[in-house]
Amino acid sequence: MNLSEFLHMGGYAPYVWSCYGLTAIVLVGMEWAGRRQLQLAQEKARRRAQMGAQMAVAENPS
Amino acid sequence: MTARQRRMLLVGLMVIGVGTAAAFALNAFQENLLYFYSPSDVSAGKAPADRTFRVGGMVTEGSFQRPAGSMEATFILTDFAHNVKVRYSGVLPDLFREGQGIVARGKLAPGGDFVAEEVLAKHDENYMPPDVADTLKKQHQKEAGGQ
Amino acid sequence: MWLWFYQLASPPHAYRLLGLWRPWLLWPAIALMVIGVYGGLVMAPADYQQKDAFRIIYVHVPSASLSLMVYVMMAVAAAIGLIWRMKLAHAVAASCAPLGAWFTVLALVTGSIWGKPMWGTWWEWDPRLTSELILLFLYLGYMALRASFDDIQRADRASAILAIVGVVNVPIVKYSVEWWNSLHQGPSISVTSKSAIAGSMVWPLLVLLLAFVLYFGAILCNRVRGEILLRERNTAWLAESSLKS
Repeated sequence: MNLSEFLHMGGYAPYVWSCYGLTAIVLVGMEWAGRRQLQLAQEKARRRAQMGAQMAVAENPS
Repeated sequence: MTARQRRMLLVGLMVIGVGTAAAFALNAFQENLLYFYSPSDVSAGKAPADRTFRVGGMVTEGSFQRPAGSMEATFILTDFAHNVKVRYSGVLPDLFREGQGIVARGKLAPGGDFVAEEVLAKHDENYMPPDVADTLKKQHQKEAGGQ
Repeated sequence: MWLWFYQLASPPHAYRLLGLWRPWLLWPAIALMVIGVYGGLVMAPADYQQKDAFRIIYVHVPSASLSLMVYVMMAVAAAIGLIWRMKLAHAVAASCAPLGAWFTVLALVTGSIWGKPMWGTWWEWDPRLTSELILLFLYLGYMALRASFDDIQRADRASAILAIVGVVNVPIVKYSVEWWNSLHQGPSISVTSKSAIAGSMVWPLLVLLLAFVLYFGAILCNRVRGEILLRERNTAWLAESSLKS
């Protein structure tokens, strides 16, 4: 089977490739959004913890 | 009964309650939910006479006619008990062929013919390579011929 | 006997475990996806009726299956959260919703693109298509309801009830093609009976279905970890582990 025949998909190329393309975009997007959400939450937690530690030092400067 | 058991019961009752309500509602609206009528329904006069509805069935082998150069097609739709003659002018879907299940949307004409505005092809859940389909078809014909 | 269950439900423990599990889900998922897509696009023969257009099945069916599986998981997690007052279960339910909604969108859009050349229409108000659209609205309603509360615990309880009530739609989607006349055909793969797809065409579908499940699991790990951080922001364990890293 040659490449152009494969890409042609028996005349159904726009339908087949748009389905696979959209699925790929959504799947990658879901993974990316999940990573980003976790990263933001981790950063927030770290800042909060640092603030808490500084406040503890300020209250108790010994 | 502990608080947890009470919550468990409540969740259970909620699902059963909503499930029953949905079942009753779907049953009551069965008529309105009917996506298409069969040719038997149409013959029995169950289909609406004055408004658009859908009829589904199989295109009878050898019934499809379309004069050369014309868009006006006629074919017989069957559910193997009753037939409906369908008239349609327009583009037919790729899967349309004799022996194929289709769903047509339109109205009954005074003569009893069904005048379709739209014809959709319905396919079944079987998928196979062309050579397997050929073998099956030949087998089928042999069995039918042997009887 | 239930000790492992309570251990698993403890937020610091779950946070650590989910991080450990994730690569074991993600990499096999990606490997299976490559195999499945190659099998579906290159190795599987074209269908006798639908020709190459049938290859859309390999992305359509796994998306549609996941849209239902994720909803069931979300409803079960919400019920556990409601009954046992378990924060982790609510975190799982909340994490399922956006993922399930995207799988539903994929099922609807790929189905529509498939429907145009084969059936002759982008959309029909057929029972299967309509109930799948309702599934999308249930996911969106669940997310909107959560967003309308400032307090996480109140959001958890209110949205859990919606998730549990909406579960009645799942059997309607699944059996719509059998209960009513519909344009959509019946199921091609079945656990109990012989599948209606030839063996050379069915294996990539099963591979991709497994790949989608694992991929969903991998993303869910990240999302649940994020939700745990949100819910545990005032606890000592989180402050400690955040300062360490």
